[in-house]
Amino acid sequence: MNVVWEWDKAFEVLPVLLSGFFQVTLLVTVLSTVIAAVLGLVIAIVRRSAPRPIGRVVGFVVDFIRMTPIVVQLLFAYYAFLNVSPIVIGIAVFGIHYSTYMAEVYRAGIDSVPESQWEATTALSMSRYRIWTAVVVPQALRATAPALGNYAISMFKDTPFLLTIGVVEMVQAGLIFGGNNFKYLEAITIAGVIFLLASYPTSLLIGRLEKRLAFSN
Amino acid sequence: MADNFDALLNALPLILEGLIITLQLTVGGAILAMATAVVLGVLAQQDNILLRGFARVIIEFFRGTSLVVQLFWLFFVLPQFGLSFPAMAVGIAALGLNYGAYGAEIVRGSINSVPAGQWEATTALSLSKLQGMRRVIFPQAWALMIPSLSNLLVHLLKGTAIVSFITMADLTFRIDQLRVDTNTFFAYGVGLVLYFLIAYVLTLAMNALEARAKHKLGRGVSLPEALNLRSADTGVTSSTKEHV
Amino acid sequence: MEKRYGDNVVLRGLNFDVAKGDRVTLIGPSGSGKTTILRLVMTLEEAEGGYIFVDGEPLTHEERGGARVEMKGSHKHRLRQRIGMVFQQFNLFPNMTVMQNIIEAPVHVLGMSKKAAIAKAEGLLEQVGLADKAHSHPLELSGGQQQRVAIARALAMDPEILLLDEVTSALDPEIVGEVLGILRHIAETTDITMLIVTHEMQFARDVSNRVLMFDGGRIIEEATPEVMFSNPQHERTQSFLQAVLGNPMVEAAE
Ligand SMILES: Nc1ncnc2c1ncn2[C@@H]1O[C@H](COP(=O)(O)OP(=O)(O)O)[C@@H](O)[C@H]1O
Ligand SMILES: [Mg+2]
Repeated sequence: MNVVWEWDKAFEVLPVLLSGFFQVTLLVTVLSTVIAAVLGLVIAIVRRSAPRPIGRVVGFVVDFIRMTPIVVQLLFAYYAFLNVSPIVIGIAVFGIHYSTYMAEVYRAGIDSVPESQWEATTALSMSRYRIWTAVVVPQALRATAPALGNYAISMFKDTPFLLTIGVVEMVQAGLIFGGNNFKYLEAITIAGVIFLLASYPTSLLIGRLEKRLAFSN
Repeated sequence: MADNFDALLNALPLILEGLIITLQLTVGGAILAMATAVVLGVLAQQDNILLRGFARVIIEFFRGTSLVVQLFWLFFVLPQFGLSFPAMAVGIAALGLNYGAYGAEIVRGSINSVPAGQWEATTALSLSKLQGMRRVIFPQAWALMIPSLSNLLVHLLKGTAIVSFITMADLTFRIDQLRVDTNTFFAYGVGLVLYFLIAYVLTLAMNALEARAKHKLGRGVSLPEALNLRSADTGVTSSTKEHV
Repeated sequence: MEKRYGDNVVLRGLNFDVAKGDRVTLIGPSGSGKTTILRLVMTLEEAEGGYIFVDGEPLTHEERGGARVEMKGSHKHRLRQRIGMVFQQFNLFPNMTVMQNIIEAPVHVLGMSKKAAIAKAEGLLEQVGLADKAHSHPLELSGGQQQRVAIARALAMDPEILLLDEVTSALDPEIVGEVLGILRHIAETTDITMLIVTHEMQFARDVSNRVLMFDGGRIIEEATPEVMFSNPQHERTQSFLQAVLGNPMVEAAE
């Protein structure tokens, strides 16, 4: 067979991919990251401060979500909430799924706050609310930034899973184009290149941040 | 409810078939990933800039371009060049190369964490570089890398759930069929529990491997520690962990 | 020899000979380059200039047509087999038992049969007083025991040259004696050439026939131990020995 790279096809598919990229891929990544970052922190705090049985239950649910495929979770939520727009389902599921990872990151961050800091809050008779917001979370958060960033990149590369619930993100847009033109080479290759171009520099930046934080500690 | 279980019973043979496909993908992918990870991971910490550069390019390429893109590229694009492979081979190749690239970073990081004195002792005893790596450094790095590899293995299992898009009737596909005969909550409840159980067994197996590896280094772990679901690896302090 | 780490010149214009069977102790303040010399001889570091000869053969580089040319890997490998080293931090392999540590190189480098290697290792373990620890893991042993295994491991290769870099510095004071006792015995019963870095001056006095005083990467004084320890000439040597020996008489006199 004689398949070659066709530049006109490439230029034709590029805007299609970019629109999928900006309107879905990036949107889902950003919103889900926000959800995951916030929800993850809530989970971490609940697990640390709630009564033992509740902490246990939350712990099991978190493990369950983390250890089962996001694809199955997407399909589950999609069919369970048929009247909700798939992209909203996608944002919620990605946010919740990754919050279980981020909770682990926060947990390690919270554990890294020295015992003496907790003792100091007791000595000052601080309220529980102030202990968390003024002392523990600010200290725990600093070291967690790079790991959160890395999970955001992972999520970004996982967004093509959205095609299982019919959301036309970048890769799905490319597949449709490929199907219509009986040629997948340009569409799928360029989709991969876009992923690489977006994720590689970002992970380099995060690596730098990680080094800076490590040195300033 | 009784209807649901009847339907489940009827669907059981097919679900089992799906389960086997999922397991084949997981095991096949894991073997290829491990081979890829060791080769690339060892190359990536060589002094020779060509070898190191080659490994870095491959690692960043497979990490950076997304599993689904790689899967589709192998499945949709390659046949247009006249290269058609069975879906199972394509699935294993994509999973193995993608997660192998992540694994390479784990392998590299673990090898680098073995104290420099160990390399020096192999030189002082005139062991060759290869002997030193194979007999001294890698066995020690192995114990360090298992927790991260365990996380990666669960990621790989979860990654297999996409293969119905390359025409494979895996567990996810069969569960979706079950949904038609039962309902969403029941079918996906069954599906999620099955995936969770596989992941749980894989994690326990990896914990046992880790306990054995540590025991070989003369550092035993207690049984409760070996049976703990969560590995210690959380990514806040270690830069060698995988980010999938 | 010339050795630099970046801009930091560690050794420059260093030149000394060690005769076969010599026991040479290197003393000097921390950072004076003693470890670096042993590591260069063990080919753990590469020098920027100069040559090391073992039994007349160039070790890592030779002069050829006015240029400094690196030796072939096989040549280095062959010469290296005649040199052994014991490290400050022992560096035993934790993935192997004591016995496996000792027979590793004899079997896989020298090609000795496993049976012969084990027999030899048993003899060596006997010699270092650890015959009952052959099947222990290194991490189950105390520091002193680990270092004794490391000595046995080095000796298992029948080295002609043995490099000892502060082998007792990581040990508890009450353990130091037993390790030094073993080394003393080895010095008395073999003719292995030894390069010793140590702060144990009594040991240096008992074992060595030459002492080199280092400062800033150069030899500033060389003497027999008797002369060096009782009548040091150089002012830096005097103050160094005073600090190490903590001689209260001298301090009081000042
Ligand atoms: N790996 C290294 N990188 C940079 N500088 C080093 C390294 N190893 C040793 N040095 C420097 O070389 C000098 C000599 O060190 P060393 O040989 O260890 O001294 P000694 O053993 O006499 O205490 C010191 O200034 C030390 O800082
Ligand atoms: Mg030193």
